[in-house]
Amino acid sequence: MTATTPAATTAPGLVSRSLIIAVVAASVLSVALFAGPRSGLVLLIGLGFGLTLEGFRFGFTGPWRRMIQERDASGLLAQLLAIAIVACAALPLLAANGAELKGAHAPIGLAMIGGAFVFGAAMQIVLGCGSGTLVNAGSGNAIGAVALPFFAIGSFAGAWHLSWWTALGSLPVMTLKGAGGLGITLLGLAGVAALALVIGRRGSHRLPARYWGALLALAALAILHLVVAGQPWGVVYGLGLWVAKGVVAVGGDLSGSVFWSAPANAAQVEASLLTDITSLTDLGLIGGAALVAWWRAGLASPVGVLPARAWVAVIVAGLVLGYSSRLAFGCNIGAFFSGIATGSAHGWVWFAAAFAGSWVGIRLRPSLGLEARR
Amino acid sequence: MRRVHVTLLVALGVVGLLALDQAQSQPLNPYNAPPMIALGSGLAATGGHCAAPPPVAR
Repeated sequence: MTATTPAATTAPGLVSRSLIIAVVAASVLSVALFAGPRSGLVLLIGLGFGLTLEGFRFGFTGPWRRMIQERDASGLLAQLLAIAIVACAALPLLAANGAELKGAHAPIGLAMIGGAFVFGAAMQIVLGCGSGTLVNAGSGNAIGAVALPFFAIGSFAGAWHLSWWTALGSLPVMTLKGAGGLGITLLGLAGVAALALVIGRRGSHRLPARYWGALLALAALAILHLVVAGQPWGVVYGLGLWVAKGVVAVGGDLSGSVFWSAPANAAQVEASLLTDITSLTDLGLIGGAALVAWWRAGLASPVGVLPARAWVAVIVAGLVLGYSSRLAFGCNIGAFFSGIATGSAHGWVWFAAAFAGSWVGIRLRPSLGLEARR
Repeated sequence: MRRVHVTLLVALGVVGLLALDQAQSQPLNPYNAPPMIALGSGLAATGGHCAAPPPVAR
């Protein structure tokens, strides 16, 4: 997700690389030893997500942006292929093991649709979605690093208000299940892919090798995540939890929140972050991205200079990303990628609303000082 | 300022978060931890997820 300037840098030596690998291995083993083997394995999967996204320079925001601005459908096609592969494994697994595994299933509602639209706009403003903000922050992107804490604060606040927003109007949770559900999901993905190819410019059906690497690795890791954690890959819950812990640490009271005082969430606030699935994958994403950026000697390039109003926009967009992703029942990972792959109808609605929001966000960037006007 | 400084600041934030968490959370107990793999464990999935419907007000 980040560009490197190899000419100005020196790649780390063999000793440094060996040392870093040893430190990462020791960290994973320590988590497995003290928090349990599942926690260690989930952290390792999270590192894999970070290595994949940064290593292949793949993401979710950029491909949508290129589809809208340049009619380059290749990145979007790679995302759809990855989702299709995960669906082929996840839907049968969920059908056969409904008690041990759960999907990213959420209700479609007014706030959910509005939240997805706003999220799509905000992710184009900071050029980072749920996973992208974590990867960008880890790889030394100042915009991602500034947006991340505000993303977390927004996620905490959005979860606090979630019941109120959902009460504005929601349908029951609708899911596609079993072989029929898988068939409809694959048909839907094929339909979107066909539309992207029709709209896309000539030649954008050819996926670069790095996209193939990214989509295959992401799909394998996402299936492994479901099998190991019992739930699909998600990002946003963990970020809100980090702030909830901070609020409690400074004497704050969460009992006024329906969400944070619910037994399962209150118990997670009291428990270690090293037992929370999404926190572990989030930390792994940051660590994996940092590792790749360092490995490539990509951390020596200077941070870009932006006007003050651009930083204000990044902070506001970070807050909005976090808040809206809670109302939308997930970001590009929890709702779009995992929602569709596990048969949730809300994933499809999220996709449509967030894509429309992205169109707006792309047009807002120049006026916010984040890029030159076209 | 270079990217390495940003990454170091983020790493510092992560370390601070984990230190705060360690100070205020219940102690870790690996003997109470769930099995390594959820599939086949016989236990229900209970982890928090952003797609989970909101809890009902009591």
